[in-house]
Order: sequence, then structure tokens, then C-alpha cells
Amino acid sequence: MDSADVAIIGAGPAGLAAAETLAAAGASVVLLDEQQMPGGQIYRGIEAVQALRRQTLSLLGSDYAAGATLAKALRNAPVDYQPGSMVWDVSRDLVIHYSREGRSQGLHARHLLIASGALERPVPIPGWTLPGVMTVGALQILLKSDGLVPRVPLVLAGSGPLLLLLAVQLLKAGAPPAAIVETVPRRAYRSAARHVPRALQGWRSLMKGRRWIRTLTHAGVPWYRGCTNLRVEGADRATGLAFHHAGRTETIAADVIGLHQGVVPNVQLTRLLDCEHVWDASQRCFRPRLDDWLATTVDGVSVAGDGGGIFGAVAAEWQGRLAGLNIAHRLDRLPSAERDRQAAPMRAALARERTVRPLLDTLYQPPPDVLRPADEVVVCRCEEVSAGRIREAVRLGCSGPNQAKSFLRCGMGPCQGRICGLPVAEIIAETRGVDLDDVGYYRIRPPLKPLPLMELAGLAADNDPAQ
Amino acid sequence: MSATTRSARSTLATADVLVIGGGIHGCSVALHCALKGLSVIVVERHTVGRHASGVNAGGVRRLGRAVAEIPLSMAAMEIWHRITDLVDDDCGFRAAPQVKVAETEADLDTLAARAETVRAHGYDHEVPLDRQQLRSLLPAVAPHCIGGLASLGDGFADPYRTTAAFRRAAERHGARIVERCSALGIDRSAGRFRLNTDHGAFDGALLVNCAGAWGGEVAAWLDEPVPIEPIAPMMLVTDRLPRFCDAVVGAAGRPLSFKQMDNGTVVVGGGRRGVVDDQGTGTRLRLPELAKTAATAADIFPIMAGATIVRCWAGIEGRMPDDLPVIGPSGTTPDAVHAFGFSAHGFQLGPIVGAILAEQIVGDRGNLPLDAFDIRRFGSCKTDTA
Amino acid sequence: MFRRIDDAVRPAGITIWFEGQSLHAQAGDSLAAALLIHDAGAFRTTPVSGAPRAPYCLMGVCFDCLVEVDGVPNRQACMIEVRDGMQVRRQHGPAGVADDG
Repeated sequence: MDSADVAIIGAGPAGLAAAETLAAAGASVVLLDEQQMPGGQIYRGIEAVQALRRQTLSLLGSDYAAGATLAKALRNAPVDYQPGSMVWDVSRDLVIHYSREGRSQGLHARHLLIASGALERPVPIPGWTLPGVMTVGALQILLKSDGLVPRVPLVLAGSGPLLLLLAVQLLKAGAPPAAIVETVPRRAYRSAARHVPRALQGWRSLMKGRRWIRTLTHAGVPWYRGCTNLRVEGADRATGLAFHHAGRTETIAADVIGLHQGVVPNVQLTRLLDCEHVWDASQRCFRPRLDDWLATTVDGVSVAGDGGGIFGAVAAEWQGRLAGLNIAHRLDRLPSAERDRQAAPMRAALARERTVRPLLDTLYQPPPDVLRPADEVVVCRCEEVSAGRIREAVRLGCSGPNQAKSFLRCGMGPCQGRICGLPVAEIIAETRGVDLDDVGYYRIRPPLKPLPLMELAGLAADNDPAQ
Repeated sequence: MSATTRSARSTLATADVLVIGGGIHGCSVALHCALKGLSVIVVERHTVGRHASGVNAGGVRRLGRAVAEIPLSMAAMEIWHRITDLVDDDCGFRAAPQVKVAETEADLDTLAARAETVRAHGYDHEVPLDRQQLRSLLPAVAPHCIGGLASLGDGFADPYRTTAAFRRAAERHGARIVERCSALGIDRSAGRFRLNTDHGAFDGALLVNCAGAWGGEVAAWLDEPVPIEPIAPMMLVTDRLPRFCDAVVGAAGRPLSFKQMDNGTVVVGGGRRGVVDDQGTGTRLRLPELAKTAATAADIFPIMAGATIVRCWAGIEGRMPDDLPVIGPSGTTPDAVHAFGFSAHGFQLGPIVGAILAEQIVGDRGNLPLDAFDIRRFGSCKTDTA
Repeated sequence: MFRRIDDAVRPAGITIWFEGQSLHAQAGDSLAAALLIHDAGAFRTTPVSGAPRAPYCLMGVCFDCLVEVDGVPNRQACMIEVRDGMQVRRQHGPAGVADDG
């Protein structure tokens, strides 16, 4: 079996920054990433866009263009970068199994850095499984990777910075949304107001937000605020979005509906490794418990980037460097004093990046009917389990997400609970009247993604570390 | 939640019967005791069915049982075929043939000898299959398979659903099940048991050890330690496949347990083992070993070469040196009984073992032979100190 | 439902086959994007109720873009790039059930 000082999973800002830091320290680094090109979701397609698509580069903005520096650093660093690698198991003794080009192999690492980022929070509303309903992130991926924009009416619905950013980008691309249907309640502005002074330290983010809002308003994009009771219309594909607004029900015809309610940490790997997790009440998600150097409760395993809590791409990059310094130290490649000296300005930069989060987290708190949808709404898309059936199972003694698997097959489909994990936990907690920490989360089993049986069968016996 | 704040000295509750372990056996004994009018408390360290009872392969199998287990297994099978009458839930039970496939002439000889042994003991449920008969039961079997051995009246069930159904039935009849409550030790005085837990103590006249892989700890509290080994049989489940197999399938020459569920997914196990962690409550897979299980499945059913694995896991089972469970009275302590160490084949026996123990508890000897399962067979127990 | 913005249009193209029909695509396209640009409709139907599904997340998370590629079922269309001559079919219900409809 191959081995390395450090395995990094994920080639977004955190993983790229960590790889650069660790390679510079002389560590042997394997960087595994499921995509074919570096950048993660945030800088997706950056190399191709920079080289070939100036128009796209300009409309995606300077924050996106910043990813080119990280990608270039990777190409110049002595890092064993393995794109197209789907990691499907990691054991606590840090043996990683991954599938690449139709073949699975093992890799033993002394340290593991998980930089697998965030997932979009699922938005379970009536009709959200219909073709034509996508996440806002999905629409942005089409723009970044493939240069695609909708040529049919599009409605963007939900809340969060990404939703506004995409609206601006589509506007610049000549494909503005037919409407923005925003779910931020009026009272959220009041409760968010107290976080403004602190957020002013990160004034650049605030100015950016103001600019987006002005651009969209100027362009006359219809913007419905304080909307509730969102429902996708259509029988076998989306035909429109209905919602309550200002005391009446509105319906906007659209063939593509982009939904967004922020992003949440992707905890599949840290759950698989049985790292300790905590419930983050302000971001309404579970995240792994991390120490000052971003190490988890499992020896040798660290997390950098949004996988440890949502702080954005710039923070992810600083975290990647910070975690990288500490791993280099633990590999005896960096004295502690030098590690601490280099870390100090990074910690300061990270703190600045975090100042805007309380404001965003309060303002863009997902609405209750998205966190805990109505009975008729499908929550587990794979196995088509409705919220009502989950509540019914709780009344029959189902006490947590793992029991829900056994009762309902909820979370047992190919997505492995990535989509339904949080709503299922929220629904069970609400129905039982207990805290999310008491309810917990799915136990994650390998393979992390469905794996052809013959790929497992092909693993040679001489790979077994237990023998 | 007040239980956690009470002093460990106070008694939380009193019952006729205290059961340690909320698996299939603990819930079954609770149900059968409750049906006899006894008050029952079950303490379960995690949640009901969390370990082997909830995550095993769900085989309801008489085929291939050790001769000593056959009478119990036959009696259990009768209950399984009318399981709804007992627990008001079908437990996902499906009657299906259990088939052991012969891949070589040597396999055929092994199976023929086995069939002869079973017949010699007066049973006729295991029947040899020739090449043609094998294919009529298993149309999708690989060409190289030349015969088999079948027990036609067996089946499979949903293990978690079954354990949960026994739990609910027990509760309906008045048993109390306390989850997330760890048994820590036993005191015995004035002919009663005091079961100490992290929530406080329970008082009872009778004690039942259904602690599964951890049953050895309870036996040690009763001064009768046994050589039990925790093992972690591995399993995998695939995505949905078109219907191709209506039997539960094993192999004569290599470990395999194979079944297609009603929803089309295929569960493959068979006993290749992962590793139990140092705390004894978690498991680690050994993928190169599990790879052999995957390869075996694809060898015997070529359609599996196109299957996709959705999940792999390992449960924790308690294995005894002779692969037979411990069932019956304590050798040291009056009014204590055991049912643990089922060595990875206890699920099918759950319904009958609970019934047997409940009968023993009310002083009824029953007519099923249990000598082979006596805890004293390990010869380590001390003289009766009670 | 989608169109390519100007700077993403390449002069040369490749051909993929979807349900027996030829579709124009560009090297580097994800299969999901190549199908979305041609209004491919549902990518699959669910094994539970037969409901139609199309890509939701496009980042490998939701598995609603599963299709059969060159005879292999359960491929995530959003995670693979198009290849000239690629044969793609909708996945109906459980993988491996032949689509004769």
C-alpha cells in the first residue's frame, strides 16, 4: 500500500493552502479530490475559466479570480495531486481507500487533513424533488464549469449571500432571474442589527452585499421579501413557485427554480471516523469539535475549511495554512516557536473573517418550515420518506436518526443521508421535545459513496494493515 | 430524567424479573415473562437492538445448525411462521428456502455427509439438491455450481424491526425497558438481586443475563467466568437490483450469507470478521477480508458483478469456543439465568429462547433439551456460595 | 432550459447519444450539463415510486442525476465528463432494470 506523511482530502481553498504549506515544509503530501480540476466548489473550473473564458471570469468577480493563485501554487508544488479520486473509506488508523479510474486502492497516511468543505443545506419544500428544481449552488456550478445560464424563466428562492451573488452574476451574463423570492422575515433584520457593529470590522463583505442589492434593484429584478409557505408547482416538472407574500398567495411561472438556505459542513468523513461533533445552534448544523489547531478528537485527523463550520473561502484558506503548520510541526518539520510565529498573523486574519458571521447567521437563519417541514413534504429524497412518516415513527419509539434508518430506510439510499440528515435530526428533536445533541446524527458507514461491488472485490489481500 | 440525579443507593424500581440487555433475547424474555404476569425491567446500555440484534443479516435459518441446536431451532421456526400472533407485527419475516451451494465435488460430499448426519438424528428438513434442483431454486446461480443442500421452510426477517416489535409487545404487556442505562454490577442479599446501574439500582427476585457479546461480564459478576470472545462479522448491502433470488443462500466451501430483500437490495455477509475496538463497543472493517465476501457473491451470482455497494458494517457478537450459546440457569446463583454468547447465529432462536427462560423462571422445565448450553460446561465456575 | 454564454462556445464539438438520439456536446462538459442544455427532462425515475428526477445539486451529493453510461448503471452525470460516442440512457427504478419503454 502507498503511504504519505499527509493525505489531504479536498482541493478547495483549505486543501490547496494546506498542501502548499506542507509541501513547503518538506512533507510528502497526497492530495485527493473528486473533481478533475483544483478549486473545490468555490473556485470550480478556475484554471479553465482563467485561460479560456475572460467574459465568465469578469462576471464571476474578483473573489472567484483569487482562486487562480491557489491553483497555480498547486501546479508548482511537489504535491502528489490525484484528481478524480473518490474517497470511500477512512479508518481510524488512517488507511484511506479511494476509487480512481474504476479501480480502488489504499493509502496509509501519518496525518489526515479533511478539507471536504460544505454542502448546500437541503430546502425541503413541497415539490422540491421535481425536475427543474436545483440548488443555487448547482446553478452557479453550471455557470462556472460549463458556461451555462438558464434560457427559460428562473426564480431564485430562499435566503443567503450566495443567492444574491448568483442573481448578480446571472444578471451580468444577460440571464437575470424572473424574480427573487426571499424568505428572510422582517424580525430577522431587527435581531441581526445588534451584530452590525462587530460586522463592520469586516466592512468589505458588507459593502459587497450592499453593492449586490443595489445592482439588482437598479436592474429592476422583481424582489419579494418576507415570503413564507413556498411551494413548487408542477406535476412531473417544475412549472412555477407559489408563496405567501404581504398577506396574499403569489405564483410565478418558472421552469427552473433555484433554492438556497445557506451551506452546512460536510461531516461525512468526520462522522465516518467517529470524531466528536457538536451542535452549532447559530448555524443550525453539526460540526466536528476542533482544537486551536483544527485537530479533531481523533488522533492525526484535522479539519480545515467549511467542513469545520461555515466561515467562507478566505477563512478556509487561512485554516488550511494553520492546520498545515501544525501538521508540519507534528511531523518534526517545524519547531513549535516557528509554527506559532507564522500562525499569529493567520489567526488575526481568521478572526477578521469571522466578524461578519454572527450578522449573516442571524439574518439568514433558515425558516422553521425548511428546518422541520410539514408532514406531506418528502425529506429523504432517495427513499422518498415524508416528514409525517418520520414523526409517526418517533411516536412508535424511534428515538434518533439511526433508528429512523431501521424504521423507514430513511438515509439508506445512495446519498447516504447527506441530504436528509439535518432535517431528520431536527424533526426527531422537535417531535421528542429534546435537544439536537441528544438526538445525534446518522452513523456513517463506508463506502462514503456507492461503490461497484467488483471494485471492493478487487482489493488485494496484501493491503490489509490488520494482518 | 430525575433518575440520573438520585443517589446510587436508592432503589429506582422493583420487579419480579430484571433483564440485562435489550437485544432480541432480552426483549423476547421480557415479553414471555410479562405474558406470564410477571413484572419485568430490562436495562439496555445503548438503545434496543443497537448491536447484533439490530444489525445482523436477518437469516431465519434451521439449515446447518449444530445438532444440539436443532430442537430449539425447529421450535423457533414454528413461532416465526406465525410471528404476527405473538408480537402483532410481521417483523419483515418472509418464508424462503435456505440453500447452501456446492461449487465442487468436495462440497457436494460435505453436504451429503451433513444431510446424512441430520437424518441420523431423526430430522428431515435438510434436503440435498442436484444441479437441476439447485437451478429451480436459484435460477441466477453461476454455471459452475453443481448442487446444494436446502431447508425449504426457513426464511429471513428484518432484524431491527423484529427486535423493536418484541420490545413494543413486551411494553404492551407491562414490561418496562430502560434505555441508555448501563448495568455496573450485582449485589445479592436476602434472596434478592440488586442491579446497580449508572442511573441507580433496580431490585428484583430474578435476574436474566441477555447481555450478548458482553454476557461474559455479567457471568463474571456471578462468579462463573466464561471464555467468550467478541467478534465482528462483516456485512454489506447493495443498491436495488431487479428481482433474481428468492432464497437465502450460503456456500459449502467458503463463508457466505446472501439474500435479496423485498425492496431489491442484496445483503451479503457470512462471517468474515472485522475487528472489535479496544472499548469493545465499536468495530472496524477489514476491507481485504470483506473483498473476499464481495468476490464470493459475484462468483456465485454473476449478476452481482454489476451491483453497487451502498453500505458496509460489522456488528458485535459474542462467540463461545464451541460455537454454542449459554442458555439456562446459573451454576452459582439461584434465580439467575443466562442466554448469551449466541456465536453469530442467535437471531432465529430469539422467539423460543425467551419462551424457554420464562418457563424456567416460573419453575416449568419444558421439554427441549438444553444440556449442551449449560454454563457449567466450561468448568470454571466455583461452588455455590449463595 | 439552458444556453451557453458566448465565451463558453467552442467551434469543435463531440457527439453523445441519449436514449438513442445524438446530441451535440463540447469536450470538458459534465454529462449533466450536456443533457441539461438539450432539455433532456428527467434523468431517472426513483426505485420507490417511479417519480421523475433531474439534477438537484450538481456536486455529487444528491444522486438524482444517476444515469446509465455505456451500459453501466448508477453513474452520477454531474461527476463525469462527456466522451465522444458516449451512450447514455435514463435509469428507470432499480439499476439494471432494462428500459424497454
